[in-house]
Amino acid sequence: MVIPHAAPRTTTSPVDEELTQLVSAAREGDRLAFEQLVRATAAETYSLAHRLVGNEEDARDVAQEAYLRAFRGIQRFRGDAQFSTWLHRITANCAATHLGRRLRHRHDELPDDDAVTDDHPRHSPELMAESNALRDRLTAELAELPPRLRAVVVLRDVYDLPHEAIAAELGISVAAAKVRLHRARKRLRERLFPLPGEDGADARAL
Amino acid sequence: MPVRCDDLARVLSASTDGEALDERANLHVESCLRCQAELAQYRKLIKVLHTLRTEVLSPGPSLAADILAGLEQAGERSAVRSLLSGRRPAVLGGAAMASAAAVGAGAILVLRSRERHGSR
Repeated sequence: MVIPHAAPRTTTSPVDEELTQLVSAAREGDRLAFEQLVRATAAETYSLAHRLVGNEEDARDVAQEAYLRAFRGIQRFRGDAQFSTWLHRITANCAATHLGRRLRHRHDELPDDDAVTDDHPRHSPELMAESNALRDRLTAELAELPPRLRAVVVLRDVYDLPHEAIAAELGISVAAAKVRLHRARKRLRERLFPLPGEDGADARAL
Repeated sequence: MPVRCDDLARVLSASTDGEALDERANLHVESCLRCQAELAQYRKLIKVLHTLRTEVLSPGPSLAADILAGLEQAGERSAVRSLLSGRRPAVLGGAAMASAAAVGAGAILVLRSRERHGSR
C-alpha cells in the first residue's frame, strides 16, 4: 500500500492513515493486511511489553499472545478507538496475565539491557545529551519498580491510557489503579528529583 | 486544621492528570515553596515519562516473522478443532484458509473412513 507523503492536513499523520486502512482491510478478512499491521506495530508492541514485564523473553511471549488475541478479535475492534490504543490494552492485559503466571514461579527480573533508539531528535546536542541521560536514569528506575506499580505508570504516563482502561486490563479497581499510580510516581520522583530530606538528596543534585 | 505538605502528596501528583486542587490545597501550595517544587518535579517527571513513548526498543529482526508464524500455527490448530467439531473455522482468509483447506481434506478422509466403519 502506497501512502503519499504529503504535508499532514489534520492531526492524523500519514502513518495513522495507513494503519486505519490496514485495519479496515484486516477487519474484512484481508490476511495480508493483518500481516502488514503486525510488521508496522510489532516493535512498539514489543517495547510496551518489555516495559511491563522487564525482560526480552517474556516480552516476546506477551507480544505473540497480544497479536493472537488481536487477530481473533479484529472483527470486534470498533473503528472509533485508535488501533494502537486497542492493541496497547490487549498487550497490557496479556502482560498482566503473564506476570501473574510468572510471579507464581519465579521472582527474578532482568534489568533493561535492550538497545534503545530515539527517532525523534529535535533538540540541541547539549540538551539532547542531558535529556538522554535523564531518560536513561528514568528507564533504569522504572525497571526497579515492582511490576504492579510499573504497569500502571507505564500505561498511564508513557502510553496515555485512561485510568478506567488501565484498571479494566489489570483487573483492579480505578481507585486501586490511582493509588498505585501515585506510589509509582512518588517513588520515581524521589529517586530522580529528590527534595531536601528525601532519600538520595545527598547523593544527587536537585 | 492547617494543611500539611504530606497531606498533599497525592493531590499534587493527581493534579498533573488534570484533577483540580481544592481551595485549601491551592492556598497552601501558593505559600509553600516545598510543595511548589514537588509539583514542578512531578510535572517534569511526567513530561520525561511521556517522551519514552517515542523510544522503541529493538526487538530483533525476527520478531514480526515469529509472531506471524505463531499466528499461522494457531490458525491451523483452530481450523483442525473447528473442522472436527463441525464449526466454521474462526480464521481470516489467505494462507490460513489454505491450511484449513489442506487440513480439511485430511479431516474429510478421516470422516469417510469413519463412515465406512459405521456402515459395517
